Amino acid sequence: MARVAVDVVIKPEILDPQGKAILAALKRIGQQGVSAVRQGKHFDLEVDDSVSDADLEEIAGHLLANPVIESWTVTRVAQETVGAGSEDAR
Amino acid sequence: MTQVAAKMNAVGAANTPRIGVITFPGTLDDVDAARAIRCSGAQAVPLWHADADLAGVDAVVVPGGFSYGDYLRAGAIAAQAPIMHAVIDAARRGLPVLGICNGFQILCEAGLLPGALVRNAGLRFICRDQWLRVENTSSVWTSRFEPAAEILIPMKNAEGRYVAAESVLDELEGEGRVLFRYVGDGPAQGNPNGALRDIAGISSADGKIAGLMPHPEHAIDALTGPTDDGLGLFLSVQDWIGTATAATIAATAGTAATAGTAARGPTAGARG
Repeated sequence: MARVAVDVVIKPEILDPQGKAILAALKRIGQQGVSAVRQGKHFDLEVDDSVSDADLEEIAGHLLANPVIESWTVTRVAQETVGAGSEDAR
Repeated sequence: MTQVAAKMNAVGAANTPRIGVITFPGTLDDVDAARAIRCSGAQAVPLWHADADLAGVDAVVVPGGFSYGDYLRAGAIAAQAPIMHAVIDAARRGLPVLGICNGFQILCEAGLLPGALVRNAGLRFICRDQWLRVENTSSVWTSRFEPAAEILIPMKNAEGRYVAAESVLDELEGEGRVLFRYVGDGPAQGNPNGALRDIAGISSADGKIAGLMPHPEHAIDALTGPTDDGLGLFLSVQDWIGTATAATIAATAGTAATAGTAARGPTAGARG
């Protein structure tokens, strides 16, 4: 088993009205230093060893993200470090 | 119904076209779509998301709603449903398919139509009667309209803003695949959501697969809708089915000609 993180964001050329609304709300709580917000999605996947990098690209590009409007990154989270480290205990 | 019956005088009872309407979990407008199909003189055939075949229908309507609660992205989960595999196969073989609202989103997610529908520029759910211009009257779904007819039908969505790459938009324009464009002046008219090039609906290159955000099935009689302009789509496809049935084998070979020669009956939906 391994843990995989997939992050999906709307492409820069696509208007992100939710990001704009969040930016406006940040100004209202006094955070004047933020100049842009893009809202995305984060997926945590538990996958077994048979799942290849090509499979992960298929998973991300065919379902988790829509390539027309979104870009994505796939990150394998090293199981050993996660298991022994603080993340599981969190 | 008498008015409607007059419009369908060319359609015999024995060979009444059968048009499928898919219901996914969360679909809302399947009942209205089926009623619109019946009111336009065809038989509405219910199709279920988990089914793997299309029951031999002559065309398919993918209706609006919130399939799978709009989880992941609007239409993304429905695009992977068993019935959609059948729809994609049949559409690639030339079956007419119409996606309305969430159905349009599903067809884009399934790769049957280019582009995507994203959150409205103003972030609001917009519900209003909307003027559209019919930009192409040679598609399977728009042949009953007069060229450049302006029609009034309801729209209701939060993710209706059509986007695609510039090259795709140019291709759509160049090939006449923009079927409907938002028009109208005034505070609650014109482009409602920032859709690129005011696009409300598009079609495939052969004009058989179409999608639009506004709801023609909600505008089929003056009692319950702003107009009966929406009937035009459901009548158009029946003209095509009739011609295709008559021409049988020739229909597959000469689809481009079929749409152009389809009988222009009483035009539904031209603004006088």
